[in-house]
Amino acid sequence: MASHRVGVAVFVLVATAILAAESEPNQVESEKLQDVSGEAVFSDAEGGFKTGDGASKTVPGQAEAPPHPVETGQADSAGRRVSIEVGSDRVEQPVADEELENLQAEFDLQDAPQQSEPVPTPRDHFAEELVIRPLLSGDIYTSFQFRTRWDTDLHRGKKVSHYRLFPKSLGQVISKFSVRELHISFTQGFWRTAQWGQPLLSAPPGAELWVWFQDSVADVDGAWRELTSVLSGIFCASLNFIDSTNTVQPSASFKPMGLGNVTEQRFLRYAVLPREIVCTENLTPWKKLLPCESQAGLAVLLKSEKLFHSSYHSQAVHIRPVCKDSACRETSWELSQTLGIVFDLNASGQSKREWSLFKMFSRTLTEPCPLASSSKVYVDVTDNPLGEELFDLSPAVSLQTQAVVLGDRRTFTVYDLLTPESYGPTRSLNILLKWRQQDSVDMQRPVLHTERYVSGYGLQTGEINTLLYNSHPFRAFPVLLMETVPWYLRLYIHTLTVQSKGKENKPSYIHYLPSKDRQRPHLLEMLVQLPPHSVTKVTVQFERALLKWTEYTPDPNHGFYVSSSVVSAMVPSVVAMDTNSTEGRPLFTTLFHSTEESSYFMRVYSEPLLVNLPTPDFSMPYNVICLTCTVVAVGYGSLYNLLTRTFQVEEPSGGLTKRLANVIRRLRGVPAL
Amino acid sequence: MGLLSDPNRRRALTSLVTRLNTPLCVLCYLVGVSWVMGLAFEPFMLRTYMSENAMGSTMVEEKFVFGERAISYTREFAGQKKKTGGMPVDWLVKTMKSRGLEVYTQSFSQILPFPDEVKERYMVRGTNVYGILRAPRGPRTESIVLSAPCSEGNNNNQAVGLLLAVASHFRSQIYWAKDIIFLVNEHDLIGMEAWLEAYHDVNMTGLRSSPMQGRAGAIQAALSLELSSDVITSMDVALEGLNGQLPNLDLVNLFYAFCQKTGVLCTIQGKLQRNDWDTLPGYTHSLSTMLLMVLKQGSGRPQGDHGLFLRYHIEAVTMRGINSFRQYKFDMTTVGKLIEGMFRKLNNLLERFHQSYFFYLMPSLTRFVSIGYYMPAFGFLALILVLRALDLWVQLSDPARALEDGVSEGEQDSSPSLLSLATPVIICHLTGLALYILPVLSQEMAIQHFPVSETEAVVLTAIAIYVAGLALPHNTHRVLSGAGTERGWRSLKLFSLLYLAVLLGCTTLINFSLGFILAVTMIPVTAFIQPHTSSKVLHGVALILVSPATTLLLSIYLYHELIEYPVSLLECWQHFLTAVSQGILDHHLYGSLLYPLIALFIYPCWLQFWNIVFWK
Repeated sequence: MASHRVGVAVFVLVATAILAAESEPNQVESEKLQDVSGEAVFSDAEGGFKTGDGASKTVPGQAEAPPHPVETGQADSAGRRVSIEVGSDRVEQPVADEELENLQAEFDLQDAPQQSEPVPTPRDHFAEELVIRPLLSGDIYTSFQFRTRWDTDLHRGKKVSHYRLFPKSLGQVISKFSVRELHISFTQGFWRTAQWGQPLLSAPPGAELWVWFQDSVADVDGAWRELTSVLSGIFCASLNFIDSTNTVQPSASFKPMGLGNVTEQRFLRYAVLPREIVCTENLTPWKKLLPCESQAGLAVLLKSEKLFHSSYHSQAVHIRPVCKDSACRETSWELSQTLGIVFDLNASGQSKREWSLFKMFSRTLTEPCPLASSSKVYVDVTDNPLGEELFDLSPAVSLQTQAVVLGDRRTFTVYDLLTPESYGPTRSLNILLKWRQQDSVDMQRPVLHTERYVSGYGLQTGEINTLLYNSHPFRAFPVLLMETVPWYLRLYIHTLTVQSKGKENKPSYIHYLPSKDRQRPHLLEMLVQLPPHSVTKVTVQFERALLKWTEYTPDPNHGFYVSSSVVSAMVPSVVAMDTNSTEGRPLFTTLFHSTEESSYFMRVYSEPLLVNLPTPDFSMPYNVICLTCTVVAVGYGSLYNLLTRTFQVEEPSGGLTKRLANVIRRLRGVPAL
Repeated sequence: MGLLSDPNRRRALTSLVTRLNTPLCVLCYLVGVSWVMGLAFEPFMLRTYMSENAMGSTMVEEKFVFGERAISYTREFAGQKKKTGGMPVDWLVKTMKSRGLEVYTQSFSQILPFPDEVKERYMVRGTNVYGILRAPRGPRTESIVLSAPCSEGNNNNQAVGLLLAVASHFRSQIYWAKDIIFLVNEHDLIGMEAWLEAYHDVNMTGLRSSPMQGRAGAIQAALSLELSSDVITSMDVALEGLNGQLPNLDLVNLFYAFCQKTGVLCTIQGKLQRNDWDTLPGYTHSLSTMLLMVLKQGSGRPQGDHGLFLRYHIEAVTMRGINSFRQYKFDMTTVGKLIEGMFRKLNNLLERFHQSYFFYLMPSLTRFVSIGYYMPAFGFLALILVLRALDLWVQLSDPARALEDGVSEGEQDSSPSLLSLATPVIICHLTGLALYILPVLSQEMAIQHFPVSETEAVVLTAIAIYVAGLALPHNTHRVLSGAGTERGWRSLKLFSLLYLAVLLGCTTLINFSLGFILAVTMIPVTAFIQPHTSSKVLHGVALILVSPATTLLLSIYLYHELIEYPVSLLECWQHFLTAVSQGILDHHLYGSLLYPLIALFIYPCWLQFWNIVFWK
């Protein structure tokens, strides 16, 4: 644990010299992963690795710290455990054992299947969870996560042919293309950081794909091309539009999330398709990857007609290698499927501020997925402390847990779907959230958020502006900004300016790879220190290129997209800012200057841009071609004639009769007239 | 071209051109003017049609029912406006927030070059309030704007009320694909200019404004709403924008389509459509509608808040509710439905408006004249200049022929020196430069020495410089090379004619109306003036009658005749003074190009002709 702290601290310190510190984050990751694979029941609750840094650490810490505000809740839950045990004995279902196991916070599945079928120890297990976070604006954020772990090695020579929970299609992709890590997200909508706070997992609008290949891969570009085609088939998306003109190899912004220490950029590929529209045809194949599909468990809630009646929809698949056990001698594969949705209060056609599972998904929960070793629903009740309650939550459950999520200490109410009590007498769980006030509350601005726009007018030049807001009152922190700009916007890199508070802010690290026409995009990465409570403006001018006429899209007047810029940062934690929260905790916990909560890793995506390029009038190319050719042929020819010749008046040679007479005279041998 | 390569035929052609020059010119002029007149005749016009496929059918079901709510918002807004004595920023922010919009404010300040006496403002300080309705699952790349000005007094309160009601209706809908910006701008055009400049992060007019916080990508289209009564009898649409730019015709078609659908009576230039095109009143009606459009477009002034959007390639119109004495009235719900329908259609846009015409004239809302139809009229007028120039060229290159023409020419002079030609041209342009710079610059000095206000000082200085330009010592050639030679004025006139042709041609391409008004007045006189000693006064008076200032005066008179609100000559003079000051202000506040065009190019060119009249 100490080494982990050191790891985080080191990362913070060396963030200013990011290249030198390349190996550090990996160390952090791998150590954290050990915790995840070890005992952390709750690390799932915060969305595991997506919110990873520092979060998982707190769980054991809390368990060890009895003088905690939530003490009563935990005691209650302990009491409940007993009663559940009694209950399950009485019911005597085969599932009961599983539940028991689960409540004892053990992921060991050995006992449960033995009762049903005498197979060897399954080497994969599956957990599902749903986090519901009411947003202060009145909207509601729900985040599903389905995680499958498989203790096998897909890369060793032997062919793996027996798949149980892990989807075969993805397993084969991993082994065929020697993928080390794969992250793919499909997002429809833009996460409104300023209104909604931080998402558990951020993603840019459209499709994003980034992959680390094994260092054994010789032809990375070829593998990448094939992989994108295969994935576009699996997810029914136009990922095959990923080619060299929109693929980059970021030098510092993207690090491996799982095991492995190779950070050579040659094996990383990153691409975003901002125009990709996500809909049911992408959701269905995504659901099919789940062990229970959408037949049981949390996945029954995933009905597309409701999911796409929302303000934000983001689905993702993350595959990475993790440690098998705490010794970390062997690796296992972790597949994590996430889905984040924000439901809009105003658009739901209701005046009351009230949310329920049924209202959101038009389904209720009746059973867990039988294959799941853990199935839970967490409701974020941080903004709803006892005494000054903002909303009522029913059915009331006393089981609460705390976790530090993205630098903020959150409290959750937990519904465990593996216990039959959760469903109540109606045998269905419909969590209901009712706000007491009807007015929305303004939320505190998040520490880091961004905004991006194109300025200027006309179709010749323009300027890309990126605003980075640091609303922390006293801490400055560095951020890594990555911009990928298509080649047809020709960046004038000498016009790059970074300004904070009216003064120039020199980036300590700039990596710029200029574009090549029709081959690769611009890649601009820089490390900028954001002063406290400031807006930093990064501007760069560009010129709009005139494309060849076959290069225009079918709807050229719609404009061309520039993908979101990526801001990666170690953000100072809000928890560290708040000194009151340390009351009631052991004094020694605040002795260390840098606690594991002092900063956390965050990735923020800005808006994509829509830029109009000079567009010819395609509606009548035929007319234009004909007219131009005629004008050139007639006009040019005769004008050229007029200009280059000298004209002389010639004596009139006479009429036809004279010519005839001359012919006759020539025949006669007489001189012509 | 084959004609020209034969020297005989070429000679024949030149002699034809020179001999028949005057009749040809007169014919061209008559054809040009009657062509434009004929454009207003319905059989010669095209019927408007929707080109954009996304706008094709009007299959949108309008569900707006918040008419009453709009009126209550109006009342509340009026009360708050009275209480704060200006724009009730806090109330607007609160109301928009409670409707579920993302609300931002933008404050700006602008010091006018001289006080605006029409609007009574000098140092302008204001705040724009806008709320953004974020499209569900939209990536913030595209948006549409609905704007309503917060005007002085009780004007346009209903527009703000309706805007809020529409916002709350729109907010609860799920179908939006583009963000919608609801903007309430203070100080009408100045506020709009400030907002647009801040949105696009440019600064062209020296406005100071607070940095903008929230944006919603590229704006695809904008509607500006002006309503001053709870019920309306008709809806007027204003198209003409800054520098005579027009929105895409499809947007106008969209407005017309939804007026038809909701049954709202719609007008253009305040004139209803008539069906009796084959009668004389019917024809004059459509002609006057078209001429009104020509005059408004020629003025280069934005005819509503929408006019400033056009520079940014954002198609926009202003919709103005009219409440007259007609029996049948439409309530807020109907107007709201009209707006809802248009917005839902704009929401369906896949690309920016580009399919339909950007250059057109509208004699009525269902008929239009495209650029291909009206350009020949100007072509005929410009042909006069070219024919005259050709004639002069022939005379200059072949002096013998010039003698044949019977012009009294004493001596066979040598070709004029460049200096004697360049000097008048330069003097004319320097006068123009003075006209452009001095009025605003010297206002301080003027108010110290004369008992006038700043605005009067500017206008009077402008007029003084304009008139002084006529009295300038133009006859520099006499000093430089003795008496004015025949070849001298011909060369100068040749140059001036071609210069005028190029100027008018370029102007017409950008702003047909302006170019046409100038062409129809200047061309006939400038083409025929000569430095005759006998008819010098006649030529001088004729030239003054077509000078840009007189044209402006006459245009103002004609405009008031056409809107059936005739003015006396004195009033007309008052309007003229206002127009001059407004023209200068428009240039400084919004970047209107009319004033610099007149001062730097048209007026000097006209002075060159003035020079020619007094050559001898």
